[in-house]
Amino acid sequence: MAVLLDSSTRILVQGMTGRIGSFHAADMISIGTRVVGGVTPGKGGTTHLGLPVFDSVHQAVAATGATASIVFVPPPGAADSMMEAADAGLAVTVCITDGIPTRDMTELKRFVRMQPEGTRTRVIGPNCAGVITPGQAMAGIMPPHIYSPGRIGIVARSGTLSYEAAAQMRALGLGVSTSVGIGGDPINGASFKEILELFEADPDTDAVVLIGEIGGPQEVEAAGYIASTMTKPVVAYIAGLSAPRGRRMGHAGAVISGVGESADEKVTELRKAGVTIAPTPSDIGRTVAEVLGRAA
Amino acid sequence: MDIHEYQAKRILARYGVPVARGGVASLPEEAVAEAKEIGGDKWVVKAQVHSGARGKAGGVILCRTEEEVAAATRKLVGSRLVTIQTGPAGKPVGSVYVEAASTIDREVYLSFTYDRATQNVMVVASAAGGMDIEEVARTEPDRIKRVLVDPAVGLRPFHARAIALSLGLGKAQLGPAAHAIHACYRAFWEADATMIEINPLAITTEGKALALDAKISLDENALYRHGDLAELRDPTQEDPRETFASDKGLAYVGLDGTIGCIINGAGLAMATLDMIKLAGGEPANFLDIGGAASPERVATSFRAVLQDPKVEAILVNIFAGINRCDWIAEGVIKALNEVSVKVPLVVRLAGTNVDEGMAILSRAEHPIIIADSLADAATKAVAASRAMAPAE
Repeated sequence: MAVLLDSSTRILVQGMTGRIGSFHAADMISIGTRVVGGVTPGKGGTTHLGLPVFDSVHQAVAATGATASIVFVPPPGAADSMMEAADAGLAVTVCITDGIPTRDMTELKRFVRMQPEGTRTRVIGPNCAGVITPGQAMAGIMPPHIYSPGRIGIVARSGTLSYEAAAQMRALGLGVSTSVGIGGDPINGASFKEILELFEADPDTDAVVLIGEIGGPQEVEAAGYIASTMTKPVVAYIAGLSAPRGRRMGHAGAVISGVGESADEKVTELRKAGVTIAPTPSDIGRTVAEVLGRAA
Repeated sequence: MDIHEYQAKRILARYGVPVARGGVASLPEEAVAEAKEIGGDKWVVKAQVHSGARGKAGGVILCRTEEEVAAATRKLVGSRLVTIQTGPAGKPVGSVYVEAASTIDREVYLSFTYDRATQNVMVVASAAGGMDIEEVARTEPDRIKRVLVDPAVGLRPFHARAIALSLGLGKAQLGPAAHAIHACYRAFWEADATMIEINPLAITTEGKALALDAKISLDENALYRHGDLAELRDPTQEDPRETFASDKGLAYVGLDGTIGCIINGAGLAMATLDMIKLAGGEPANFLDIGGAASPERVATSFRAVLQDPKVEAILVNIFAGINRCDWIAEGVIKALNEVSVKVPLVVRLAGTNVDEGMAILSRAEHPIIIADSLADAATKAVAASRAMAPAE
């Protein structure tokens, strides 16, 4: 099934009746995603985009059998919406919202950790482009036409850089199994390592492109996992080689504030773990092609 | 969002963290009035700028008479304080904080941040107060105590006692220190701070704990629920280029180079800066126009970039997902019509509605250098800026 989503995944849109939720839900539906309903408290019982709207995620799950959701709720209510998704037992909740308070994310992650391991809701994002399994389903805001279905996984903090990678790969005839945006916030849902574990176990994925950036420990953690466990080839690009220390570069989490958080240090650790580094953001596709050529 | 020391201390005091008596002043006579109000015969006059290491830079002056308080205020207010953290231009001193001087027995270090690895709050404490904590971490890691706090439970009194004990304090000092540590945690959590640093927390000869210096960064994403804290922003402490852009809702970071950048997405923006460097140029700024950018927003971005007189070329790099290349192109045309753009302009468009966008650009009267990839865009922008650079 690739990872996280396929053509059979039943997806709810939390905040579907809003302007942004409405726009992207329509896009998701237009490429064949199995969107089964929306959740907007107070609008239960109405229909929107030809789909039923529910007052709560619990009601929506009972009525539709949904197992995943995408959240377009504005920052003050976004973490609460993800908690509700987790409480309703969804396997995956993807949050696009940018600007969620760090304290709210910390509480959300604590809430999810209360669920027994193995049944925990996988939180993707926030402040991300979402997830797409090309040709099957999208819970995200990416331009779907730049992806070809294929066997390369993408996991990225930045949305636009994941587009850059997908477009470069498509130009070289390389397709994507699933592309996952883990988002640019300092406290986020699934880490690079967690998504790499999914790709490692996925029979439909042959290699993975990891796109990181300055700030935080997750690229170095991923390097440890790749070195110890991963058998599939990984290509990486890390943005922010020229970023000054201590400055926040757009993403709330893109700031070098400690040891191991600069692009140079992350590149060094990934290289040590056997990852092939794309020397520039324009070389991601070419580097993937070379690595696959070597592997073949 | 960074705030001043006196603002940080007011927040801390609200949660019960002991601070010395003090008041803020921008005129010598105000400072003297504050000193009289505080009483005693020794005061510290401290420059209020968004930077640490103010003491070493001459921004903290011990005064023994009211005349000295007035003289220190006169010296500091209106000057620019250059610290190891501000860069050579320094930061303007608009006010001073006058505080009662304390007699100190011990100085310890205390900070609160989010630990991104465990996604909990982390308290860092060290007996080596008043020193650069990163230096201590490198040279004497044993002198640093780290405690992770479960956000659902919060910092408990036993945590605070354990931290106080780790600092090697005397028995009578443990209680006041633990109380201050606990109050700091509450301030961190409830005020939505992303960082609180008390360096040093002083133990006075009378056995009291006092936050002698205080740095707080507030979570900008949470200011909507703290109207009073949102007002603490001080634009005089920011790069004026950044103030202009942030007032317009643009994510902008001023840099030192000559190539102005207008890009969508933080990751692509960082990558484009890297690409410019690799092509031998230097970016003038980071700017992310964000998603669903209207033509007006693009035009505003041109204004923000051209605030910087060092800009010798502009690079627009858009990979449109939620954005639309035709809107971006209209914005470029709008900017060229409304803003005087006297430097070369390189544009690279990709993604949603790219053909429509390119068609719009082809009708522009102003010369536009079109690039077809990220690498091509960076190379052309660097070449264009070199052509514009004054002859050496």
